[in-house]
Amino acid sequence: MQDVISISNLSKTYASGFSALKNVDLTIHRGEIFALLGPNGAGKTTLISIVCGIVNPSSGSVTVDGHDIQRDYRASRSLIGLVPQELSTDAFESVWNTVTFSRGLFGKAANPAHIEKMLRALSLWDKKDNRIITLSGGMKRRLMIAKALSHEPQILFLDEPTAGVDVELRRDMWQLVRDLRDSGVTIILTTHYIEEAEEMADRIGVITHGELILVEEKCELMRKLGKKQLTLLLQQPLSHVPTELVSRGLTLSGDGSELIYTYDTQDADAGVAELLKELAAAGIHYKDLRTEQSSLEDIFVSLVSGRSKKS
Amino acid sequence: MMNLHAVRAIFRFEMARTWRTLMQSVISPVISTSLYFIVFGAAIGARIPEVEGVSYGAFIVPGLIMLSLLTQSISNASFGIYFPKFSGTIYELLSAPVSTPEIVLSYVGAAATKSIMLGLIILVTSGLFVPLRVAHPLWMLLFLVLTSVTFSLVGFIIGIWADGFEKLQVVPLLIITPLTFLGGSFYSIAMLPPFWQQVALFNPVVYLISGFRWSFYDIADVSLGVSLGMTLVFLAVALVIVAWIFRTGYRLKA
Repeated sequence: MQDVISISNLSKTYASGFSALKNVDLTIHRGEIFALLGPNGAGKTTLISIVCGIVNPSSGSVTVDGHDIQRDYRASRSLIGLVPQELSTDAFESVWNTVTFSRGLFGKAANPAHIEKMLRALSLWDKKDNRIITLSGGMKRRLMIAKALSHEPQILFLDEPTAGVDVELRRDMWQLVRDLRDSGVTIILTTHYIEEAEEMADRIGVITHGELILVEEKCELMRKLGKKQLTLLLQQPLSHVPTELVSRGLTLSGDGSELIYTYDTQDADAGVAELLKELAAAGIHYKDLRTEQSSLEDIFVSLVSGRSKKS
Repeated sequence: MMNLHAVRAIFRFEMARTWRTLMQSVISPVISTSLYFIVFGAAIGARIPEVEGVSYGAFIVPGLIMLSLLTQSISNASFGIYFPKFSGTIYELLSAPVSTPEIVLSYVGAAATKSIMLGLIILVTSGLFVPLRVAHPLWMLLFLVLTSVTFSLVGFIIGIWADGFEKLQVVPLLIITPLTFLGGSFYSIAMLPPFWQQVALFNPVVYLISGFRWSFYDIADVSLGVSLGMTLVFLAVALVIVAWIFRTGYRLKA
């Protein structure tokens, strides 16, 4: 897949001495949804801000569709739309005027038809003449997206897009992001909601303490690091795993009352039904069973906490 | 190639703010200037003899216009760039494909346009109170434009420097207004004792008011060439500071 953003050896140390990014290398593929996960202060917003031109990098380079973000900032910035985390708006301006302003600012001639289409898609059309100060939080969030999309960017950065947004609106936003991706827009989002990344992302990057510790296809990540456990509560405790079942990789709990089968979450052919038949054939009976699946959140927590312990 | 759409968008946005806040932007300075005319021109001025052949009421017109021009240029430009910093919307400007000259041209251009409009409105208003004549209209317009642009640039710098609303007011109130009052708005420098005449020459506003008053009545405290030269020096200094701000990202970019 073609790369649309290339970040190489990027570092940022603020005037206070705080090192927000440490030698980050990352490529974003054209047309994908990339989720950047990380705890507060991990460097997510700094990374986005550098690519968008809001923060100066200390070292390293970034290209957007082949354009260096510093030498060729006009070309690179005109390809990008940014929805920041904060709801920063001109409170006394009207919805229509502020979106029109954004389009002009990014060097595009006025196009009322496009703005109308976008406001309709974001359910803001009937508010077009309202002053921003009169809008609800959810409407303001959608307005920020409208502003970011006003100049028809190829790449959209969403910094915590659903922070403080109710469940229904969050689902609407997810659908909107998917629609944008389907229209060819590359999406990079940061989020605290693991569920959001799990639901939408094609690839996931995990950043902590300014270091990008992992970049992986979501499915691959779930496959590699995700696992599912089937626990059988036995009617009679066992002293050992029967030899005919050893090849299944079963383990026994300490008191022998539980038989545990661990398998890949992505493995469609884990053979659970076969295993249950084999157990019955071996004369092993169970009174109950339960399954547990590791979520992206478990994976994220284990990655980040593991990193914290090391550092 | 220049991003003219951006320049136009920012310019329109800033001018729209003027119309939204018409009372504060236009009507308020016109009222306060009219009050100056009533107090200094009619009430007190009637007891003051002519200054270098010009009635006192007419003599103070260029100084009063300059007073409004300086304070409004600074106020308009400083607020124009400070407010996006305060509200957080500056992110959009910093992430847009806009160059420094384009940003300066649009913000300073809008602030200067407002000041020039205001200066002309005050000029017309003053014609209702005192008999006016403008000996050198083109020079008058040139000083009007140069002063508005220069002090809009100063306002732009203050707006970027300020990290609170209080700081926005500090420079106009504590520096510009006293310098304007002491720079010959209401009197000729020649009316001061010799020592204070020399001290007054360190006040940059003296040169602006002198040149501007010359364009009205052919009378000046310093020569036209010096007035114009000093005005251009202020403009150059302000441009250099603005260029440095954008090169370093001072108070704009981390």
